[in-house]
Amino acid sequence: MTHNNERADFDVIAGWVQPGERVLDLGCGDGSLLGRLIGERGARGYGVELEDAAVLAAVTKGINVIQGNIEQGLAGFDDGTFDHVVLSRTLQTVRHTENLLREMLRVGREAVVSFPNFAYWKNRMAVMSGRMPVSEDLPYEWFDTPNLRFFTILDFEALCEKMGLAIRERQVLDDAGQLVAEEQNFLGSLAVYRLGRPG
Amino acid sequence: MSGIGIVAAQRAHFAQPLALKGGSVLPAFDLVYETYGTLNAARSNAILVCHALSGHHHVAGHTADNPNNVGWWDNIVGPGRPLDTDRFFIVGVNNLGGCHGSTGPASDNPATGKPWGADFPVVTVEDWVASQARLADHLGIDAWAAVMGGSLGGMQALQWTLSFPERIRHALVIAAAPKLSAENIAFNDVARQAILTDPDFHGGHFYEHGVRPLRGLRLARMLGHITYLSDDQMAEKFGRRLRTGAGSYGFDVEFEIESYLHYQGDKFAGVFDANTYLRMTKALDYFDPAQDYDGDLALAMKRARAKFFIAAFTTDWRFTPARSREIVHALVHNNQDVAYAEIACDHGHDSFLIDEPYYHSLVAAYLRRVVL
Repeated sequence: MTHNNERADFDVIAGWVQPGERVLDLGCGDGSLLGRLIGERGARGYGVELEDAAVLAAVTKGINVIQGNIEQGLAGFDDGTFDHVVLSRTLQTVRHTENLLREMLRVGREAVVSFPNFAYWKNRMAVMSGRMPVSEDLPYEWFDTPNLRFFTILDFEALCEKMGLAIRERQVLDDAGQLVAEEQNFLGSLAVYRLGRPG
Repeated sequence: MSGIGIVAAQRAHFAQPLALKGGSVLPAFDLVYETYGTLNAARSNAILVCHALSGHHHVAGHTADNPNNVGWWDNIVGPGRPLDTDRFFIVGVNNLGGCHGSTGPASDNPATGKPWGADFPVVTVEDWVASQARLADHLGIDAWAAVMGGSLGGMQALQWTLSFPERIRHALVIAAAPKLSAENIAFNDVARQAILTDPDFHGGHFYEHGVRPLRGLRLARMLGHITYLSDDQMAEKFGRRLRTGAGSYGFDVEFEIESYLHYQGDKFAGVFDANTYLRMTKALDYFDPAQDYDGDLALAMKRARAKFFIAAFTTDWRFTPARSREIVHALVHNNQDVAYAEIACDHGHDSFLIDEPYYHSLVAAYLRRVVL
């Protein structure tokens, strides 16, 4: 998958990671984000990835990649091991949504989650015109998409409230990767959150 | 066809006594080894390959007398192969207590002038690593670029990071476990009992009786061999096929799997030493680096300085991927460097010896990043 703003949320995430902090990147792919957090931010990090080709690419880059399926939870990772547990553009592909969010905040102090906003105005337009949206942040056709769940910024925040998760920060980007300040559920194509534990 | 052509074993003698974990002292010992590639001027490109239960120093290439005598891990060692002999200096060694030339139970005990037999001490993974460190000294290698092994060999790679943290930069631990499970030990015990109860074993002093406990060794190998394969692979390779069309309602070899196991058992018993087999399985059973840390593997691993590459195979039920993940999670807990791959390969525990493209690509990619 290549599209122009693939790293737009990486900029936001990189800004939230401090030197020396420990990061776990779930669904780390070829390790691009981790490579950046390590190289630019001086972080220490591990990635979890399921696909062989991506694991090989990450090993080739010298990333600490652990092959495994995040759907099965994060068993084996100790409580509170990480400063940040990142899930970049992956939540919409996950089946056990609540369990994974809970697991992220078990092993990490903070969960960093980015996802495509289905209520982005271009997506709404596509549905209004009778077609499922295909965009920078939803780059698949309905028949080949890995995405299992289609949800909006409002939907996600409702889930956070139900689960008692603390939303510490929200950044929303349009499909050009520009920050959106107002009417975010309408003008935002990609949302990036920092979440804390309940209480 | 081997990648590196003709190879020849070398022998090193170590006159300094070696104190063993079990309490006894080996007054002197020999190790037989092979090397492939060239040690660079900085002596920074050496990789030690550790063998598993039935392995030895002949890792790659073929011997001058027999082009079919190809090393047991030849598919991964050679020019352009994952353990690239154009870049690395590879060392294969026969472990202490072995039966391929290094000092072992069939060697003469200097105190008696007769074969050690039962009197050869039980050696441990820690003892092997200590003896391999002597070999590193002998070869002028201060620190290995990497130590690599599968199964029991992987345990040695792991132990290297603990016994000599400053002398190993990378550990490649393949199809291994941080310790055996009760089931693993149970299999080993049945194998040992097969040997110990063979009338030709003579308490381990069979050499002087001019016999060998072939039946016991054969059974031990047959049992072991079952545990190295996967159910699916056996079903695919043998199924329920009979050697002849119909069953004879007797106890002769009928099913193809029986024929295969008998062949493997006979072949192994013909060349392997029963006393060595007993000791190799004991070394497996005793291995448990977390034992001195109340079972806390992370605490045990803390002193390791190496970076780790760990791989497990989905069909390996002897050392399942979950066992490798125990090591991975201990390292993650400690914030130590580790890459872990879980490889789909249908050859069970023996997958680590298979030329599986994803597996070999990973090893090659990992080793390419090793700075010399």
